[in-house]
Order: sequence, then structure tokens, then C-alpha cells
Amino acid sequence: MARKSPIWLSVLSLGFLVLWLALASVPFLWTLWGSFKVEADFFSRQDWRNALFGMRTLAETGATSTGLGYEGAWIKEEFWKATINTGIMTLSVVAISLTLGTLGGYALSRSGFRYAFWILIIALVFRAMPHITLVSGYLLPFFELNLWGHLTTTIIVMVAINQPFTLWMLHSFFQNIPKDLDESAMVDGCTRFQAFRYVIIPVMWPGVITTGLFSFLLAYNDFALTGLLLTEENRTMVPKIASFLGNAQEQGNVMYAVAAVVSATAPLFVLVMFFQRQIVSGLTAGAVKG
Amino acid sequence: MNMVSKLSVSAAFVLAGASTAYAGCGIASGSAKLLANDFPATQAIAAAATACDGGGASVTANLNKDHKDLIVAAFTANPPEFTASHVTNSTLVAVMNDGLAQPLDGLIAKHGAGIQDMQKITIDGKVMAVAFMANAQHLFYRKDILEAAGAGVPTTYEGVLAAARKIRDKGLMEYPIAGTYKAGWNLGEEFVNMYLGHGGEFFKPGSAQPAINNAKGVATLNMMKALTEYMNPDYLTHDSNAVQAEWEAGNVAMTNLWGSRAGAVTDGEGSTAEIESNTMFAAAPTVSGGSIPATTLWWDGFAIAKNASAADAEASFLAVMNGISPAMATSNADAANWLIAGAKPRPVGKGVVESAAGGASPYPMLPYMGAMHGAIGAELADFLQGKESADQALADIEAAYVAAATEKGFL
Amino acid sequence: MPHRTFISFIWPSALAMMLFIALPIVSVAVQSMFIAHEQVIETVENCGPFGCKTVEVVNAEATARLRTDEPLGRFNGAGTYTNRNHLAFKEIGLALAEATGPVDFFGRILNLPFYKALAFTLTYTFIVTPLVIILGFVIALAVNRIPGMFKGPTIFFSLLPMIVTPLIGSLVLFWMIDSKGIIGATLQFLFDNPDLSLKASTTLTWLTLIVYGIWHSAPFAFVVFYAGLQTVPQDTLESAMIDGASRWQRVRHVVIPHLMPLAVFVTLIQLMDNFRVFEPIIGFNAQANATSLSWIIYNDLRGSDGAMLFGSAAATSMLTIIGVCILLAPVVLRTWRANRRAA
Repeated sequence: MARKSPIWLSVLSLGFLVLWLALASVPFLWTLWGSFKVEADFFSRQDWRNALFGMRTLAETGATSTGLGYEGAWIKEEFWKATINTGIMTLSVVAISLTLGTLGGYALSRSGFRYAFWILIIALVFRAMPHITLVSGYLLPFFELNLWGHLTTTIIVMVAINQPFTLWMLHSFFQNIPKDLDESAMVDGCTRFQAFRYVIIPVMWPGVITTGLFSFLLAYNDFALTGLLLTEENRTMVPKIASFLGNAQEQGNVMYAVAAVVSATAPLFVLVMFFQRQIVSGLTAGAVKG
Repeated sequence: MNMVSKLSVSAAFVLAGASTAYAGCGIASGSAKLLANDFPATQAIAAAATACDGGGASVTANLNKDHKDLIVAAFTANPPEFTASHVTNSTLVAVMNDGLAQPLDGLIAKHGAGIQDMQKITIDGKVMAVAFMANAQHLFYRKDILEAAGAGVPTTYEGVLAAARKIRDKGLMEYPIAGTYKAGWNLGEEFVNMYLGHGGEFFKPGSAQPAINNAKGVATLNMMKALTEYMNPDYLTHDSNAVQAEWEAGNVAMTNLWGSRAGAVTDGEGSTAEIESNTMFAAAPTVSGGSIPATTLWWDGFAIAKNASAADAEASFLAVMNGISPAMATSNADAANWLIAGAKPRPVGKGVVESAAGGASPYPMLPYMGAMHGAIGAELADFLQGKESADQALADIEAAYVAAATEKGFL
Repeated sequence: MPHRTFISFIWPSALAMMLFIALPIVSVAVQSMFIAHEQVIETVENCGPFGCKTVEVVNAEATARLRTDEPLGRFNGAGTYTNRNHLAFKEIGLALAEATGPVDFFGRILNLPFYKALAFTLTYTFIVTPLVIILGFVIALAVNRIPGMFKGPTIFFSLLPMIVTPLIGSLVLFWMIDSKGIIGATLQFLFDNPDLSLKASTTLTWLTLIVYGIWHSAPFAFVVFYAGLQTVPQDTLESAMIDGASRWQRVRHVVIPHLMPLAVFVTLIQLMDNFRVFEPIIGFNAQANATSLSWIIYNDLRGSDGAMLFGSAAATSMLTIIGVCILLAPVVLRTWRANRRAA
């Protein structure tokens, strides 16, 4: 398409993109830069330029930038434990969500009965329930049944809560895989499950990876559930970061939180770079349908 | 029972208290599971308490900044998820509303020799919690700015306003006052402070019927509004973190901030030496000719779950005793205003001690105070923004409270 | 697919949703129709570090006895739904009877917490949703034009607003828009108004939240649309070009229809998420100027120390679900008709 575009359109389009990229990335780049300052600079109430030049950082640490935030978060507060928990949690959530979601989404797309549509609608209604109400409801039963605090419990809850979204996306994806594919396999004598296993699974990866990335981001960034459902030693990164922020009475270590957030974004950079082709080709093949 | 005299004589208890059981903390059986808020003082307590772990005893501690959202559910479960929890004036009420705490008299008689009388939170003759630290909002002021403005240290809110006017007129600061006026719990707390300073009562005597829509309520609102004239226009978004940041940046000359932040603004971090050396603390000001500082006194303590078995309760009590031992308080003297025997009053605790000495009210421990506090915090912002009259705001608070209290079965 | 096979495929997913979503929804629905027992109050002495006082306490034993008899509490029907903190039927009736004119009437209605929150929630939903879709689409078109080697990094940086945890993202942005922060100070300079504050006035707070909402959600729409663009049938485009269709006509008549199913999906998800707007209000400490239904629930459950209003939160949650159903109904009906046509 681009080959014949008039010059003004290219300039306009490029200008718009540069503007958007600035809007999207400047707050993060600013945070990245500021994570090497002290709180009085990065959150300066005197002059924002302090965050650029590190005036207070110089006065307090003897240099214009400091690794104190990172040191505090990673060494003193043992943030690495939270990263391990996050790793376990997100990987499990993604794996289980996708397993349940592909099975369910495949069934929904191939059912042909009207109830399949209603199941999708009900799933959508389920998704409307505010998470904070759900969490408050979980507490007592989890305490009673001795399920509270474990990573496993939180993983299962998160899988369940993410099911509606996962089902919707994967359902749409499977609808775009021609029915002839698995039906001809069944004509050849495969059971439905064999058809799924040998015909559908090999072609479904792009869509599954895309859905998986959204599940991953949901699990990675969740605070509503992880904040109240995990014990201290099982805490994942986001509640750990929240614990650096202090409360009404007590001061927190905000720069630990900032350093931790920057650290937490690094693996996502690698992940997105690695999977960006799949995101695109996945959605491409999936072409989510409403 | 006066905290000030107790704090000053408490040094005498050091030796007596320091020798309480150490080896395994005397826990023979049972397991202690502690829940607490997450800040330096509770971290020190948790570390000391979990030192009891091992040798037949199991002691674990969970620190969570949202602990108040967990307590009631955790204590309701049987057996309880946590056998002992950090409580304050307000959260102990929430726990006791559901009858979830157990009296500690027996355990205190057995193991509680080091506890001072003032640490015992006694309700209807039964000790329901053991307090370990005190806190209150009180006056922080900048000596240099007040001097430059030719104003003395204000002891009344009228004086605070006069000093603020002088500071502004001299061009020293545009917004000399700061306050934790963030809509919600913080704003509710400021109203509670100021209303008690006016000598107000929240409820009709002996009932849960609201009683704030009166002349004192209106005077409270007007004083709060007058103060906001000298605050940064963003005051409705200012929580303690923001006020502290404004203070450390030198933008503010007077504020009524938490005593637990006094150490933080004088710790050599986040501010200049000039600001820090001129930061002084005093009792919260009185208001409208009242005699008591317009603030509420808070304690932090531990309560034990009713559903905990006898063995677990004893284990928890011993672990807590070790957590809030004089030895812990002495080695973490700067972490809090300890109520524990032997802890020396720290210089930055001056404001809390003076507020208590001035006769400030403790935060009301009434079953329906939580609903009232919530209603105030949610309904007050409109008035401060000039969107409605004081009468309307107070009527709104009462209406919101009545709906909530009806739901809770108080009306 | 036979019912039996269908069930064997879907049961794990259905079971998870039943246990952790459907069951809680039923329990919340039940809870919203009950209120606590009348509390048995007694007066006692309360002593602590700050002296003794006579206070009221709940007689836990007597209250517990009541609770054993009726564990759910007192049946209140729709009472919680219609009380002053929710739909406020009585207050609306009063306002209808007493209001001096439409301005006064709406002033009274917007003074009620539920309607105040609803006003912001709906404004936010109906402004953010279309703008997210438009912005996402335009970004997708622009990214689609750049050379392949730049696409990867561009996509990553475009995703950043969605990736950084809102907990800190809003903290940093909250500082940036402070009157001493980089954005706030720049705006003061641009508008030559040293008193300009994005946090002080209701209008500017709403504007800030809406801009944040668009910024935060645009990447989601962008990714979905960008992917959709890859599948636009090239032969249709080329034949349109041969027929002399202009660039705009091609977008209008080929690209947009092709992306329609995606737009429906994004609309559905965005309408729902925006209707439940919550995090930016907390992150920007904006509750003085803007509240939402989700914020009301939060305030009921977390607003005061331990004194949780479960019934009230349950009622607001049910109202939220009903609100989402109403919002989504047109979109779902459309899909339903399309499905039937396809079948």
C-alpha cells in the first residue's frame, strides 16, 4: 500500500507515530532515569528538573545517580523471592488457562447448539463481577478450608477469573480454523479428541500464544487478588511493590518500589520482543470475532 | 494511667522486663500465627517474635499492609488462620463487634509480668489487647518561618490561621499549611480530630443515632475550610506521603501530621539540613476556645483470636510478649513511640506525648464509629470544594451513616 | 458436536468458573438482600494508655445467639438496593416533589453517592471507549506503514502503557501532573497560569482520568487492530485500486468492514472494563472529584478500618453487573443476529 502514498501522508503518519511513541514511552523512560535518583529528586515538590540533574541525590549520596533503590529492593528487601513467586504464578496461570481455554473454546466453536452461544454470554456476564467483591467473598471460605495464602489457590482463582476472556478469544480463534479440517479427520475414523489432538493443535499455536500473552499480562500485573490472598513469603512482585509504598501513618520506601517496577518491566521487554511476531501472526490467524 | 508520667518512669522497668523468658520463649506446644501491618516497628516485633520459632514451638508472622482487611475473616475461621493480630483502636472494635477476640487476663497473670498497666486495653474489666505503641496527629512547625513572619508557635487553630496569614502576607510562602485532607479515610480522620477538639459528640448518648449536625459540626467544617484557604489547591488529594513530601521540600510551615512521621522528616533524607533543623513538634492545637488538643490518640497492640485453642493462645501470647519485649523496644528505640516498659521517650515523640498530656481524646472505640468515619470521609469533599453548605454536608453524612448503620444492625 | 463430547471438553473450564465466579455471584446476590441482626449494645468501661472512658460495645454473646438462629441476618429484600447509598428511591421521590426546577433536581440527584458515581462512570465509559478504538485503529494504520525492522521496537514501546503496573504507573504520572511536576509545570507555563492545577478542579480531574484511560487502553485496541490489518485481503484492495478507489475509500470500504468483528470484540471488552473504572481513581487520589461504582464498592469494603459493609458492597456489585448487561446488550444482540444469519 505504501508504495504510492503521497509525501504529505507519509509525513503525517510518521509524525503521528512519533508523537504516540513519545506519549507511550516517555513516562516509562522518565521512571527508568529517575529510578537512579533519591525520592526527593524523582518526586521533587520543588522543581521537576531535580529529577533530571539529581541535586538532592548529589547532596545525599555524593553522586548524581545512585543504585540505592535497586540495592534496597533486591538485596535488603529480597525482591528476588517475589520474582520467583511471580514466575511460578504467571507460568502456571498461563499454562492452565490455555489448557482449559483451548478445550473449552474449541468445544464452543464446534458445538453448533444454541447453548454454546449462551455459555459465551454467561461467561461475559461473569467477567462483569468486580474483582474486589469476589476477593472479599473468598477470604472466609479460604480461611475455613485452610486454602488461604498458598500460591496454588491464587493460581486457580486467577485461572477461573480469566476464563471468560480466554474462552472468548480462543473461541473466536477456533471459529476461523475451517471446520472441514477436523471434520474430515473424523470422517477418516478419528475421535473428536484425536481430531483435536492431531489436526487442531498443530495449527492453533499463533492464537494460543496471543491469548497467552494477554493472560500473562493479567497475571503479572494483578494486585486485587494477590494483595489479599497471599502470605508474606508467597507474595508476588506487585503486592511486594505495594508493600514498599507505606501507609497513612508510616513512610514507605518509594524508590524501592520504583526500582522494583523498572526491574519488573525488563523481562517483559524481552518477552514482547521475542513474541511480537507471534502476537501479530497469532491474531492474524485468529482474527478475533465478536 | 497517664501516658506521660508512665513514659517518664518506665525506664525503671528495663531490668525487670528484659529478663523475661528467652530459651524457646517458654512455648511448650501450640503454634502462633501472627498477623500485622507492615512498617518498621511491626517488622522489628515480628523479627523478635519469630525468634521463638523452633524447639516444639511454631511461630510465624505475616506482615501485610492490608492486614485490616484480613483480620475479621481470619479470626472468624475456626481454627483461625491467624491466632494473634495487630489491632488498633478502630480495628479492635471491628474484631470485638463480632466477638472474635479472647480475654487475656489469664495469660497476663501467668506470663505477663512485664506488661505495664497502661498497655492493657481493658474493656468491661477484661483485657482484650496489649498495646505496644502510641500515635497521634500533632503540630509540625517550621521555627525559622514562624520567626521570620513574627508569629509565635501557635497553640490554637485560630493561631495557626493568624500565623499562616502573616506568612503569606510577608511573601514567605503561598500555602503555609498542609493537611492530610485526601478524600476518604484521611479526610474523615481530620474531621474527627477537629470535631473532638470542639468538644463534639458523634452520637446521641447511649445510642447509635448520629448527632453531628449541630453548631459544633458547622464550626468544625468552617475551621477546616478556613485552613484549606492556606493549603495547596490540591489538598483533597494529599495523603501523608504528599504532606511529608511538601514538608521536606520546604513548601509548608505548619501541618498536623502523624507522630510516626516525625522521625521521617528529621532523618537526614529527602530534605535539606536547614529545613530539618528548623522542624519542630508540639501538641496538636486546640480550637474554638476548647481545652484539649484537636487530635485523636491511637494505640497499636495485639489481640488473640477467640477461636484459638488454649495451647495456641498461650503460644501466641508468649510470642507476642517476646515480640513486644523491652529488649526489642530498647534496640529499636527509634522505630516508634513505644508504650513498652523501659523504652525511653524519643525526642521526635514530643508532639504525641504533649498531645496526650494536653488531654486529647483517644480515637472513639464505639461499635458504629467505623460506619461514621466512612460516611464522613466520603461526603465531606463537596463542602470543602464549595459545592454545598455546611448544613447540607452534615445532613449528607448523617444520611449516609444511617444507611450504613442500619445495614450493620445498629439502628 | 454431541452434547457428551461438548461436556467432556468444556467441564474443566466450566467448573472453574462455577466455583470461583458463579458461586460467589449467587452468594453475593443473596447477601445483598440481608442486613445484620439488631445488635445488642451494652455500656461498659474502656481503659487504655490514654485513660478510661465509658463506651458502648456489642454484646457478642447475645448477638451470636441471634446469629445462630438466622445465620444470614435479617431479610431486607430490595431494601439495601433502594436505600440512600444506592438507588435512593425515597430521596429521588423527595427531590421530584420538592425541587424548584430541573437544575435543582439534578443537583439533588448528583448529591447522592450512587448517581454521582454513575455520572462519572458513564461519562468515562462513553468517552474513553470510542476514543480508544479510534486511536488504536489510527496507530495500527501508522505502524503498518513503517519498514519491518522498526516494527518490533515500535510495538514494544506502544505496549508500555498497558505493561507497567498501574500501581506505580499512576504514582509516577500522579507526580508528573502535580503543579510542581514536569507535565503540571509545563501546562502552567503553556497556559501562562501559575495557579493551574489538574488535581484541584472537578472538570480537570475528569479530563485527566479520561486521558489516562485512553492512554492506558489504546495499546490493547492497537494490538488487536494491527493484527487484523495483516489479514486484509490484498486482492480485494488491489481490485479496489484498479477500480480507482481513493486511499480513504479503500480504508472506508475494505479495511474497516474487515476489522468490524475485531472492533466488536474490543468494544465489548472496553465497555466492560471502562464501566468498572477503578484503578486510576485510586492512583490519582481523585475520589474527591470523581467516583465510580467500583470505587463505591472499594470504599464499602476498605474505606473504614475493618468495618466492612458487605451487604452494601454486594448490592453495588449486583448493580454493576446489571449495568454491564445493559451496556453490552446492543453489542451482544448484534452478534446474536449475525450468528443466526451465519448459521
